Amino acid sequence: MALAHGDMPGTLRATSAGAGARLLPIVALAALLVLACLVPFVVSSYRLLQLTSVVIYAIALLGLNILTGYNGQISLGHGAFFAIGAYTTAILLERTGIPYWATIPIAGAICLAVGFLFGLPALRLEGHYLALSTFALAVATPQLLKFRLLEHWTGGVQGTYVPGFKAPFGLPLAWDQWLYFLSLAFAIVLFVLARNLLRGNTGTAIIAIRDHPIAAASMGINISLYKSLTFGVSAMYTGIAGALSGLVAQFVSPDSFSIFVSLGFLVGSVIGGVASISGAVFGAFFIEFIPNFADQISKAATWAVYGSFLIAFMYLMPTGVAGFPARIWKRLRPSRAVG
Amino acid sequence: MEAFLHQFLSGLANGGIYASIGLALVMIYQATHHINFAQGEQGMFSAYVALVLVQAGFPYWAAFLLALTFGFVTGVLIERVIIRRFEQAPVLSVVVVFLGLLFIINSLAGWLFTYNVQAFPSPFPAGLGSRFLSAHEIGMIGVTLVTLLLIYLFFRFTPLGLAMRAAAQNPDASRLVGIRVGWMLALGWGLAGAVGAIAAIMAAPIVYIEPNMMAGILLYGFAAALLGGINNPWGAAAGGFIVGVIENLAGAYVVGTELKLSVALVIIIVVLVTRPAGLFGYTIMTRV
Amino acid sequence: MTALLELRELGVAYGQIPVIHKLDLVVEQGGITALLGANGAGKTTLLRAICNMKVRNSGAILFEGRRIETWQTEDIVRLGIAHVPDGRGTFVHLTVEENLTLGAYTRRDRAMVAQDFERAYTYFPRLRERAQQQAGTLSGGEQQMLAIARALMLRPKLLLLDEPSFGLAPLVVQEIFHILRRINEEENVSMLLVEQNATLALALATHVYLLETGRVVMDGPASIVSDNAAVRRAYLGY
Repeated sequence: MALAHGDMPGTLRATSAGAGARLLPIVALAALLVLACLVPFVVSSYRLLQLTSVVIYAIALLGLNILTGYNGQISLGHGAFFAIGAYTTAILLERTGIPYWATIPIAGAICLAVGFLFGLPALRLEGHYLALSTFALAVATPQLLKFRLLEHWTGGVQGTYVPGFKAPFGLPLAWDQWLYFLSLAFAIVLFVLARNLLRGNTGTAIIAIRDHPIAAASMGINISLYKSLTFGVSAMYTGIAGALSGLVAQFVSPDSFSIFVSLGFLVGSVIGGVASISGAVFGAFFIEFIPNFADQISKAATWAVYGSFLIAFMYLMPTGVAGFPARIWKRLRPSRAVG
Repeated sequence: MEAFLHQFLSGLANGGIYASIGLALVMIYQATHHINFAQGEQGMFSAYVALVLVQAGFPYWAAFLLALTFGFVTGVLIERVIIRRFEQAPVLSVVVVFLGLLFIINSLAGWLFTYNVQAFPSPFPAGLGSRFLSAHEIGMIGVTLVTLLLIYLFFRFTPLGLAMRAAAQNPDASRLVGIRVGWMLALGWGLAGAVGAIAAIMAAPIVYIEPNMMAGILLYGFAAALLGGINNPWGAAAGGFIVGVIENLAGAYVVGTELKLSVALVIIIVVLVTRPAGLFGYTIMTRV
Repeated sequence: MTALLELRELGVAYGQIPVIHKLDLVVEQGGITALLGANGAGKTTLLRAICNMKVRNSGAILFEGRRIETWQTEDIVRLGIAHVPDGRGTFVHLTVEENLTLGAYTRRDRAMVAQDFERAYTYFPRLRERAQQQAGTLSGGEQQMLAIARALMLRPKLLLLDEPSFGLAPLVVQEIFHILRRINEEENVSMLLVEQNATLALALATHVYLLETGRVVMDGPASIVSDNAAVRRAYLGY
């Protein structure tokens, strides 16, 4: 399963648009952010929880996109890093005096290391073999979390509670509103970080490795280092998302990190657009809301409806939601005659 | 020693199932370069068809054949109606399509047949059993070996089998000799569906039938295919038997049954890291 | 002489990129037509267009008077057009014998197919020696022979050959062209031959077309074309 260049939208594009055109996306983004900040004060508690999940999933999916979309390394096991992040937060809060907000970067750092270490042997694996290995990681995760020898730390099959907390500085925010803003803050920072990373030289190197590894190597790019680092960074993102999700759920247990979490991430990533940053947001909305929507359509065969959505989406938008407007635009424009 | 032999032989019996699924996966992979993640679910659904027929009064082997046919026909239909439309789609998108298919079939099975775990009949008389293997395990090995043999003979000695091999290897050249490549693909899916049905029907008496029965088996089939070398259908079959033995021995002697799934996978990954083409596969050299 | 294959105002494109522009061409019954031209002139594309392989066509393609430009490749083959593509198109993982068997895939006359096996081995004795060998292990020349032999197993009326001399040693090429002439004379198989090696092509063909960037710049009987001074300078080097 080699990922081909043609599969991916969102390769680096030089924009020759004028200053006015450049301003438009910035204004739109700003408006979106303002909207996002107003949201917690107008929606119900349940909706807010859903939207917080969307923000968290967006971070996780961005991690996956960096690895799979931009660097071409397929991962069916990112649920494992999600779990590590969540459990790190749970264990640290349970057993140490570290404040909750500090556990998040620590979880990220741990996942960075684990991801990097996993990336090293993964260097030898391509396509399906890498898919199987990461899949094995995802399958192994709940089993390891239930493992008797680790029970003292992980709480075994029953899981562990994650202590709650209040909004800081006495801000007049409810706990769930504060958590939403906390997640949003992390998301903004991480998205900006990703954008700068991918548009810079590192990003070029990462993409070059995906498209033409041999050419990249012959230009002096240290493939092994970059691939392992990308794995690490990708794991870090998903780990941070996991930590946040642990705080939100206030509970971690092995069964909440089954293989379906990893598969869900893959689905969200592809549906959103695997080689794009904005795709992570679309994908997050998909995996948060579509299962509920499918449930409303049919309680008896919810996942059949969900599966049908997947197939339909892929038929209409093979390169994901993020690439869809560009495809429509290409279809509608009259084809230029090549001399 | 007896216990070891029992675990070993039992592992071979399970291995027959993994070999069949691995073979089905490789057949589709060779033709389309895609892994059919829904292979297990197709088999499971066919097994339910067999169960329904048996419960309705059909003799076992009649139900077996009908379920097999069902697996074949649905395999062909899935390829012609759904998969064909994604021939040009990016690899990851096709993966999502397969996952979608998995969800649909699994959910339909749960809806039509309920999620209750049910017993599944075994056609092999208890007298067949021995000290080391139960009657069903012996029958299982027999049936899977016969299946593998028939598939081998089909591909090796029949004109249609030859045409299918050609279509998988080189679709363009195949068209130039008049082979209808699209239908060869559909036929491959049909055969894979039938083989998957056999695997599920053989496994059901042991693992009990329920919509999620094939999840672990599919994973082992996947591992078998990779261990054997994804280009090599008979490597996949051999890989299946090896995986079956590893699974049982790992479960019995290394870790308990809880972790045996992970351990087996770890062992396989170690093999892959040291020999990426699998035990019997070959690396495809791509020109730069 | 009747026209076996006729191309009328054929236009061929890869996606949006046009390669051949309003081309007219005729292959006579029983004749050998050669298509000469430099790299990129569109020769391979033309052969692909006749078999409708991954190209977009406009204009008409007529075989025995029937329009086939919208037909699927598999059905065009069944009319009796055998294409030996560039790169040979052999099934490298299958044996020589299996390759030949596949050549006769669309035929129903078992006895005649057995005869044709014999005939193929008579034309190309080296293939008989290697009958059970994997096709990928054959030398370049032998693979070319195999490709031609497989095409002949169809009992084609028209043989399309894409650069049969490519990458082969001169002696081997001579042998192959000698066999092609025999096939044309003894079996009355018409041929459309695409070649970069102008000398060989002009010696074999009855009629010649010169292709440049997708357009025919000259055509005529082989003897006349090869006498043309400009052609000699451009394609034959003297």
